[in-house]
Amino acid sequence: MKPLDTKKGYQDYVDKKSPNSPILKNCFNAFWVGGLICSIGQVILFICKQRGLDTQTSGTIVSIILIGISAFLTGLNIFNRIGKLAGAGSLIPITGFANSIVAPAMEYKSEGYVMGVGGKMFTVAGPVLVFGISASIIVGLVYLIFNSQSITLV
Amino acid sequence: MEFLQSFDWMQLLKCFVVGGLICVIGQILIDKTKLTPARILVLFVTTGAILGGLGIYQYLVDFAGAGATVPLTGFGNNLAKGAIEGVKESGIVGAFTGGVKASAGGIAAAVFFGYIASLISKPKMKKQ
Repeated sequence: MKPLDTKKGYQDYVDKKSPNSPILKNCFNAFWVGGLICSIGQVILFICKQRGLDTQTSGTIVSIILIGISAFLTGLNIFNRIGKLAGAGSLIPITGFANSIVAPAMEYKSEGYVMGVGGKMFTVAGPVLVFGISASIIVGLVYLIFNSQSITLV
Repeated sequence: MEFLQSFDWMQLLKCFVVGGLICVIGQILIDKTKLTPARILVLFVTTGAILGGLGIYQYLVDFAGAGATVPLTGFGNNLAKGAIEGVKESGIVGAFTGGVKASAGGIAAAVFFGYIASLISKPKMKKQ
């Protein structure tokens, strides 16, 4: 082996030796797991529609069921195994939101049930809600400004 | 059997492909950038809210159904759509109430099930 005297040489050596991030494999796993989770949602949506529920209610039921399942799977330490395989495939669907609530809450259980579990639930979900709700309010206000003639101000 | 016959398989395929592709975008962001998962979740919700506000996301929802609503972009879209509905119904107050109202079920379920699941969770085993 040649001595690695220059910085460039060292960098090349590191690049050669360090394992390539298997991005194609990751994307493939993310694709099929993410697709599968959405498909479960689609099946629930279809059952709801067949029972005569409207789109809004059906969508809410899908969210509640998927959130409930993934919250309990996280609590039972099953979700992190799926997450290790799927990466973004389980993170990006609404299941990732439920996981992001339960995972930190479990870690801080020893700090008590109010500030430990109740407080740390929102370490990741808090920012999501802050930016999501703020964005929705801005969207509403912008819509109000651009359509102020067509609606009545209360 | 009747259920399987009446089932819309084409819709399920569209849902699978679109939902999968949205997750692939997230995976590329994880692998190619230094963004933490928390930032990616925030990014997806905000993007969904903006696309929903512009009315673009609705086309994707019409095309892919749950493939577009289950990912977090759909959550953002739901918030934005609710805010617009709220403005139509009750003016400026609706901008504040509409978004949360439309996604109240999901948020409440996440808080409730999240707390219960944390309570019953087993402590994490250390790897050998």
